[in-house]
Amino acid sequence: MKFKTFSAFVGPSVVMMLLFIAAPLISVFIQSFYLTQPIFQTVEVETCTPGFLTQTCVTELKSQPTLDDNGKIITQTKFVGLQSYRNVLELGRVASAFSSGKLAEILTIDFWKALRFTLTFTLITLPIALAVGLGVALAVDGAVRSLRGPIIFISLLPFIITPVIGALSIRWLFIGDGIMTALLENWLQTDISMFAQGWTIELLMLFYRVWHVAPFAFVVFYAGLQTVNQDTLESAIVDGASRFERLRYVVIPHLMPLIVFVALIHLMDSYRVFEEIVGFSSQAHVISLQWLTYDFLAPDDSGNRSISRASASAMLTMIGIVLLLMPLLRKTWSDHKGGQS
Amino acid sequence: MSDSVAVRRPIWLKLTSGGFLALWCLIAAFPIFWIAVMSFKVPVDAFAENPFSVVFGPETIADGHGLSVFAVILGLFVIGGTIYLAFNWLPNLVVRYSIMEQVWLSWIVGILIFAIAFLFAFFIILPSIISGVDPFLGPLGDPVIGLTTQHYQAVWVDNEFYRNFINSLVVTMGVVIVSLTLGTLAGFGLARSGSNLAFWLLIVALVFRALPHSVLVAGYLPVFINSAEILRPIFGDYAPTLYGQPWAVIAVLVAINQPFTIWMLRSFFQNIPAELDEAARVDGCTHFQAFRMVIMPVMWPGVITTGLFSFLLGYNDFLVTSLLLDGQNMTMVPAISGYFNRETTTTDQVEAIAAAVSIIAPLFLLVMVFQRQIVSGLTAGAVKG
Repeated sequence: MKFKTFSAFVGPSVVMMLLFIAAPLISVFIQSFYLTQPIFQTVEVETCTPGFLTQTCVTELKSQPTLDDNGKIITQTKFVGLQSYRNVLELGRVASAFSSGKLAEILTIDFWKALRFTLTFTLITLPIALAVGLGVALAVDGAVRSLRGPIIFISLLPFIITPVIGALSIRWLFIGDGIMTALLENWLQTDISMFAQGWTIELLMLFYRVWHVAPFAFVVFYAGLQTVNQDTLESAIVDGASRFERLRYVVIPHLMPLIVFVALIHLMDSYRVFEEIVGFSSQAHVISLQWLTYDFLAPDDSGNRSISRASASAMLTMIGIVLLLMPLLRKTWSDHKGGQS
Repeated sequence: MSDSVAVRRPIWLKLTSGGFLALWCLIAAFPIFWIAVMSFKVPVDAFAENPFSVVFGPETIADGHGLSVFAVILGLFVIGGTIYLAFNWLPNLVVRYSIMEQVWLSWIVGILIFAIAFLFAFFIILPSIISGVDPFLGPLGDPVIGLTTQHYQAVWVDNEFYRNFINSLVVTMGVVIVSLTLGTLAGFGLARSGSNLAFWLLIVALVFRALPHSVLVAGYLPVFINSAEILRPIFGDYAPTLYGQPWAVIAVLVAINQPFTIWMLRSFFQNIPAELDEAARVDGCTHFQAFRMVIMPVMWPGVITTGLFSFLLGYNDFLVTSLLLDGQNMTMVPAISGYFNRETTTTDQVEAIAAAVSIIAPLFLLVMVFQRQIVSGLTAGAVKG
């Protein structure tokens, strides 16, 4: 295929990606060094209140945003260098926490709190989701053929459901004295309130994420199980391998590329954890990196959006993604090189 | 699997794996089933501690919204009949009456008419039959299960949720159509070109796929809000403010979805033998003619599967739509956050549940109809690596 035809086919899609993915990335990078603020001016205001005999007048200096002819607030954009990054990272507080030896204080800073949660969340859900997916795949593979269709149907539901609503549906089981909380209270004989402290919310979030992604792992592994080489399995049986050994030395190595694939997708997706925070309304206790950027972007009570800080936190999130993908990219690169030579 | 003696499973393994499967199915389906049940009860029942009072809803019955055994049987009969007709009778009818080879168009019309007929029969005819017959049935006519549709009525009629539904429909359809059009072209080009450029495009797309969406939105937001001023030199006074425009959100979601779409469609096109379009080119077709006449007729399974995933992305999105759309143009998923953030009364909460169930009902149908395509889509990317 000539370059010209190739670019005619690929062109529209590439233009879309350049315009709406590459360009915003560059603009986020630039924005993170600039700060847009309204220009304030100091005006002398005399306020008078009616009093007995004479009015009581107070003159005070007020700073208020300058308005242009149309009554709009004039803003100015100035270069602030790394100031927004410093505002997000709050390295000063980190250093003082280190020097005073109270490491727990670092986790009171939003960014570090979000980073801590995002990383633990990603690393804890990964093995559990893989294990549940593999378990269900093995069980379905051994199940009666006529049951497989319905089981796959039911298993797909948590995967396909809108993430925010999936999180909400689990929250509604536990909220207040919902049936699950009542069940747990009955069982443990203590008073439980799942949404009053951080760690119980985190448990629910972990549960939700495994519930949501295990079906994906299951479907992929199940497809992989259909292509296991029967001859190898049979020779393993002849060699006297037990059921567990066959799983360990024949089935798992066969599934290994799929396990790596699912793990990669899971790493990318759970690094972006966001919908759980919205669904469980956990922002008071637990936040994630993507939610931090979202929160900076959403208008606050007076309608301002802190774009500059959002850009800084977005760039920091990006660095994490690049680090996460680095091994994969290096491997692809060396494969590509190897394939050519 | 082979049935040799050694492969046959011992009884304890059968039992554990059966038990595990049953447990998994219970966990997978229960939260969804449960919110569906909750959405039909008055708040006191919906948030009751005792699961039986959630299912049977004594307060809901006391409120005068009970269903008799007769009504339950009749309702189940109508639902079962609808499903039976939808899968056995509707397809024949659609194919027989399709006009001018446009089968997909008659599918849309057929499904719409069918859905409206079902809603009419279920919510208007059925209740009137039941209220007419129940008093004469004695014990069979006594209410046993509480069930009220008042929350759905509050959500869809009083709070005008149908506006959000229409917005969701516009955004989702836009995303599916545009991203498939761009994606099939690009996917075909990438599948048929072995050049270095194609390889690098795919790698860059992979990196783009991993980007958190909030990073991108941080880039759009200031530009979109001020776009009228930025674009003024080009478009003059017609320069649009992109913030709050559904078509701007469509463009954004299409771009976000492109990396995934081209990867998936590329792997589908690689499965179509290249000899097919090469033969067409030998006969004198250009690449585009070969694509149009030879590839397009055989590519639909892959396109439908990819379209399903684009649909899910557009339909399920919360982050992009909630930040880039304003109140009037809000789609369904961000709109529901208005309910559960309010949380002033328990009625609000049950209304939020009813809204949530309304949102996931179409997804439920989607899995029912397209289960095979979804599974093949999930495995397509994986098996090729």
